[in-house]
Amino acid sequence: MDDVTRIEIATRSGFADSRGLSVAATIRTHLGIQIGAVRTRDVFHVEPALPATDAARVTSEFAGPIVRRGAVGRIEDGPFDVAVSVGFKPGVTDPVGKSARVAIEDLLGRPLGAGGAVYASRVYLLSGVSVADARRAATQLLANEVIERVTVQAFAEWQTAAPDLKVPRVVEHPPLPAETVRLRGLDAAALQALSRQKLLALSTPELLAIRDYFAAAATDPARVRAGLGADPTDVELECLAQTWSEHCKHKIFNATITYRETGRPPEEIRSLFKQYIRGTTAAVDAAITAREGKSWLVSVFHDNAGVIAATARYHLVYKVETHNSPSALDPYGGAMTGIVGVNRDPFATGLGSDLLSNVWGYCFGPPGWTGTLPPGLLHPRRIRDGVHRGVIDGGNQSGIPYGRGWEFFDDRFLGKPLVYCGTVGRMPVTVTGRPTEVKSARPGDRIVMVGGRIGKDGIHGATFSSAELTEESPVQAVQIGDPITQKMMFDFLLEAREAGLYSSVTDNGAGGLSSSVGEMARQPGGAWLDLSLAPLKYQGLAPWEVLVSEAQERMTLAVPPASLPAFLALARLREVEATDLGAFTGSGALEVRWGAETVGLLPLDFLHDGDPELRIEAVWAAPSPAQAPALAAPATAAEGNALAEEFLSRDNLRSSEQLSRTYDHEVKGLTVVKPWIGAGRDVPADATVFMIAHDGDLTGYALAEGVFPTYSDHDAWAMAQAGVDLAVRRVIAAGARVDRIAALDNYCWPDPMPGEKNPDAPHKAAQLVRASKGLAEICIAYGVPLISGKDSMKNDAVVGGKRISIPPTLLASAIAVVDDVRRAVTLEAAAAGELLVLVGETRQELGGTEWAAARGLTGGEVPRTTPAALWPGYQAVARAIASGLVQAAHAVGRGGLLHSLFLMARASGLGLSADLSRARVAGAVDWEGLLLGETTGRLLLAIEPGRLAALQAALAGVPHAVVGTFDAGGTLRIGLGATPLVDSPVDALARAWKREGRAS
Amino acid sequence: MRVLIPVGFGLNCEEETAAAFRMVGAEVELVHLTDLFARRAPRRIADYQVLAMVGGFSYGDHVAGGLVLATRIRAHLQADLSDLLGSGGRVLGICNGFQTLVRLGLLPGPELGPPDFLPRAALTNHDRLGYRDAWVRIGVDPRTTSAWTRGVTALDVPTRHGEGKFVVESSAVLSDLDRRGQLAFRWIDAAGTPTEAWPENPNGSALGVAGVTDSTGRILGLMPHPDAFLYPWHHPDYARRRAELEAVEAGGLAIFRAGITAD
Repeated sequence: MDDVTRIEIATRSGFADSRGLSVAATIRTHLGIQIGAVRTRDVFHVEPALPATDAARVTSEFAGPIVRRGAVGRIEDGPFDVAVSVGFKPGVTDPVGKSARVAIEDLLGRPLGAGGAVYASRVYLLSGVSVADARRAATQLLANEVIERVTVQAFAEWQTAAPDLKVPRVVEHPPLPAETVRLRGLDAAALQALSRQKLLALSTPELLAIRDYFAAAATDPARVRAGLGADPTDVELECLAQTWSEHCKHKIFNATITYRETGRPPEEIRSLFKQYIRGTTAAVDAAITAREGKSWLVSVFHDNAGVIAATARYHLVYKVETHNSPSALDPYGGAMTGIVGVNRDPFATGLGSDLLSNVWGYCFGPPGWTGTLPPGLLHPRRIRDGVHRGVIDGGNQSGIPYGRGWEFFDDRFLGKPLVYCGTVGRMPVTVTGRPTEVKSARPGDRIVMVGGRIGKDGIHGATFSSAELTEESPVQAVQIGDPITQKMMFDFLLEAREAGLYSSVTDNGAGGLSSSVGEMARQPGGAWLDLSLAPLKYQGLAPWEVLVSEAQERMTLAVPPASLPAFLALARLREVEATDLGAFTGSGALEVRWGAETVGLLPLDFLHDGDPELRIEAVWAAPSPAQAPALAAPATAAEGNALAEEFLSRDNLRSSEQLSRTYDHEVKGLTVVKPWIGAGRDVPADATVFMIAHDGDLTGYALAEGVFPTYSDHDAWAMAQAGVDLAVRRVIAAGARVDRIAALDNYCWPDPMPGEKNPDAPHKAAQLVRASKGLAEICIAYGVPLISGKDSMKNDAVVGGKRISIPPTLLASAIAVVDDVRRAVTLEAAAAGELLVLVGETRQELGGTEWAAARGLTGGEVPRTTPAALWPGYQAVARAIASGLVQAAHAVGRGGLLHSLFLMARASGLGLSADLSRARVAGAVDWEGLLLGETTGRLLLAIEPGRLAALQAALAGVPHAVVGTFDAGGTLRIGLGATPLVDSPVDALARAWKREGRAS
Repeated sequence: MRVLIPVGFGLNCEEETAAAFRMVGAEVELVHLTDLFARRAPRRIADYQVLAMVGGFSYGDHVAGGLVLATRIRAHLQADLSDLLGSGGRVLGICNGFQTLVRLGLLPGPELGPPDFLPRAALTNHDRLGYRDAWVRIGVDPRTTSAWTRGVTALDVPTRHGEGKFVVESSAVLSDLDRRGQLAFRWIDAAGTPTEAWPENPNGSALGVAGVTDSTGRILGLMPHPDAFLYPWHHPDYARRRAELEAVEAGGLAIFRAGITAD
C-alpha cells in the first residue's frame, strides 16, 4: 500500500463553488458543450502518510469553518457524470503543495522529513456531459498535458475505484556521469545531426569552431592536468551551446550584414547593435552631457537592465523581455515565468533594485478565430486566457502593480504569440556607501546560488527559444514560476544588500548557472564551481543538466568569504535556500567540477568570444504602394455612427478594462495616473504615472509604449518610428520632462537566417536593418537614449509543413521622469466650454492602419514619421503642459482621430463637437484620412478658453488648430465642415466599444 | 504609539501601510515574521501598542487566503498575541491581513471575554466574480464601537481581493454581530446605503460587510485598502476634481489616525 494520505476539500452545499461556476461557463462559451453543473475539489496527497488524528487535524484546518468541508480519503457525494482529476506530472513545480507542506509542518509541530512531500491537485465533478465531451474539456481547457496528468472517469467507474493515492514522485536515479562527446573526425553534416539530436541549436560554423578548438587544446597543460582531452565533455558542449545561443548572444544583432537596396550601392553593417543601438545611445549621451554638463544615464547595456538618474535618493531601472515560445506551449506557466523572470532583471542590476511596477503586452491571433488550426498549436483564445492568468498571478502574488497593459491581434500571431513583460525598479543611489549600480565580484568571492532548487525544468530553454517551434518541442522547455518563493528570496536579498553582504548578483535565467556564472566570471577573470553541491529537486541529473537547467527563482551572488557565514545564516533564518557552489578566480577560465573531478574547463575568451562571426544578406525591395481606392463618406450621420460603433468594437480598439482590472495596479501606494482613467474609469491612460517612494519627494515617472506590427507590411522603418514616436508622445502628453525620456527596444522578428523553408530571409533581414535605421534616426532626433532592449529572432512556427511568420514587431517602451506627479495630465477635460486643439499635420496615411484592416485594404501610404520636424512641436507642448496651460492631453494613435475623439469625450464625461475641416493638413486628405488615418506626431489638447491665446503663443511656429469644444451634453459630434460624419451619444459608442451584451 | 508591521512570506503592502502610520505620527517598525517566530526581534509583540497585519499574498493564497500564515502564527505567536491584547493593544488587518485575523479566530472573536482563537467566520469568494482592482466607497456603521473608526464616516478606497465575502454560521449570528455594531464597515452605494450589489459591493457580502471589529473594538479587519488613499492624487478623479480633493485630507488616513489615538 502507498504510504500516502489523501485529503479532499470541497465547498459545502449552500455556498457557491465559484471555481466550478466559472469552469462550467468557460466550457459552454469556449467549447460549445452545454454542460450542467461543475463541482470542484482541492486534493492534497501527503507523504509519508499521517496518523489518523493528524490527518483529521490537517483536514479540519484546511477546510476551516462554514464554507468548506473536508475528508481524509475522498468526500462521498451525490451523483455526477464524469470525474476529471488534474495533477502535475513528476518534477513540475508545485507551489501550492509547497505552501501546504509549510502549514502542515507548523500545525503538527514536526517536519515531514527528508522524503516527505505534499502534492496539490484538483478534481472536477461534471454533470450533464458525456465522457467524450468531458475528455475534450479536460484536455482542451482543464489541463495542459504538457505539464499535467489527467484522468477521466465515468461516475460508475469513479464510485467503484478506490481513492487515487498516486503521487507524481520523481523516480530518482543515481547521478549520471559527465561524458565526452566525440567531435573529432565528424564532418559538417554529422556535426549538424549531433546538434539537432542534442537540441544544441548551433550552426555549422559554430560546431566546426568548437570541434577545432578542442582538437587544438588537447595539449593545453591545464587541460591535460584536468584529465580532459581533444573532445569536449557534454558539460562543455552544452555550456557553449547556451552561451552562444541566439537568446544569450544576440548573434544576429552582432552579425556583419550586407544590405542591398535598389538604386544604392551595397552597404556593409558591422553589428546592428553596435551601430544603431549602442551607437545611438552614445550619441544621445554625448548630447545630454554637452547640454547639461553631465549625463543622467547611469548604467546602460552592460547589466541586466538600464538605469537612469531620477531623484537624490533613487535611480530608475527598467527592463522589458519576451517569453514567446514557452507561452505558446504552456500559456499559463510560460507567461508567469515571463513576468517573474523579468522581475529578476532589475532586481539583479547593480547590487539590486526594489521592484516598483510591471508592464505587459501581448500579440495574439484573433480570440474569435474560427479557421483551422494546424496540429500542435493552441487556440488563440486559450493562449490568451492562460497568458493573462499567468501574468496576473505572477504579478499580483509578487506584490507589484502593473503600469501598462495592451493587446494586439493579427492572424499571423497564431503561430507564435508575443508575450512582453517588463519591470521597473528603483535603485538606491548608494548602499553601504557604495554606488549601487557597480558590481564588484573579486577573485576569492564565493559563488552562492540562492532560491529554488534545480530540476530538469527549463533545460534547453535558451537554445529552444532560438529555434522554431515544432510538434516535437521538449516538455522540459517549460518552467513554472513560483512567485512566493521568489518574493521570499527578494525580501532576503534586499536585507543582505542593505547589510553589504555581497559584491555582485545576477539572475539565473536562460542558460541557468552556465550563463550566470559564465557572465559574472568576466569581472574577476575566472571561476570554478562544483555542481555536485547544487541543491536538486530530485536525484538523477547529469552534471550538464545541473549547469544549464532553467529552474526558476534562482539568483547567483558573489559573496566575499568574510561575509559568507552571515549571508548563509540570514538565508537560513528567512527560510531561503542558499548554497556555496565555488569561487571566482583570476584563472582566465570557467572550471566546472563534479566533486573531485573536473568535468569542464573553458577559457573565458573562447567561451565569450570564440564564436565565429555571422554574415547575413539583406535585400530590400519596397512593396509597391498601390493606392487604396477612395471610399464615399457616410451619407448620413446614422451611417457614420454605425461605422464608428463597428470600428470601435474591433479587437484592437475595444476596451479591455474589465479584464485588466484583474491585475493589481496600485499595490505599494505609488500609482498616481492609473492605467484606466476618466469619468467611467474605463479609458486607457496615454501614460501611467507613479511616485518613486513614500519619502515626500513628489518626483515620479511615466510609462508608455508604442507598437505597430502591421506597418511592417509596408516598411519596418515606419513601423519602428511610429512605435517610438507614440511612446514618446504619450509620456509628453502625461506631463513628463521632455529632456528625461529614455526608451527600451524589444525586437520580435521572423527568422532572418536563410533556410530551405525560409525563402524570404533576405527580406526579413532587410526589414531588421530598416527598423534599426529608423530607430536610430528617431532616437537621435528626439534625444531619447535606448537604455535596454532585447531581441527574439525566431518567431515562426512550422507546423504540418506550413510556415507561419509574425510581422516584424518592434515594441518601444518609454520611461520618463515627471518633476511633480501632481502636475501630471490625462485625457480628461474638466469642464464644458474647454476647447480642443489638434497639434500637428494630418496626411492621407491609411496604409497598415486599423481602418485598412477593417476595410481589407493592402495598399496606401503607411504613416511616416518626420522626427526632426516634429520635435520642436513636442518641446512646445511639453512647455505648455509644464506651465499649467493644459487641462488634458492625448497622443493620437491606432484608430486615428475617431478613436481619439471618442476616448477624450468618454474620459471627460462630456459631450464633444469637432470639425475636422479645421485640422492642419499636408497634401490632399479626404474624410478617411482625417477621421481614420494614423498620421503620427499629433496631439490633442484640452484647454480653458481663456488660455487659448497663451497656448497659441506657446505653439508659435507649430502647426495646430482649434478643432472642437467640450459641452455639457453627452453627444460626440464629428463633422467635416457642414457634413456630419458621426453624431452619437457617447454612451452608445461606449457600449459598442465595451461590447456590452455581446459575448467577448 | 509604536506600531509593529510584520513582513515576509508574500505580504506586500508594508511600504504604504508604514507610510500611512508615519503620516499620522506613529513610530513604525517592520519586523520579519521569522524574527518574531525565532524570538530574535529586539522587542516582543506586546511591547508595541499596535499590530498591523498588512495586505498581500501570504503564501500565494494557497489552500485559502491567509490560511498558511494564520496556521504559522497560531503555532508560533498565539501567546504573544494574547499578551498584546491583554495589555490593551490594538490590531488592524487589511485585506490579506483581515483574512489572516479571521482564520486566527481574532475576528469576529467571542462575544465576551479574552480572545479564544476560535474561527467563527470565513472570507470567501464572490459567487461568480473574482479579483478586481477598482475604487469603491465604504461607510462606517454608526453603532460601531471600534477604536479604528472614530471620526470616520465614509471614504473612497480601492478594493483588490478575491476572497472577501464575509460569512458566518447563520443569519442569526450575522444579526447579532450587526446589532452589536461589529460589522464596522459596509460597501455603500452612491446614496450612502449599504449594498449587496456588484460592483459597489465587490464580493457580495450580506449586509454589505466590508470590515469587522471584535467585541472590544480594538481589533479591526477590512477588505479594502485605506493604505492606498494617502494623498489626494491617489484618487482616480484627481485629474478632474483636483481642487476639491486637495482641500481635504486623503480619506484613508483617518483610520490610521483613529487607531493610534488613545481612548
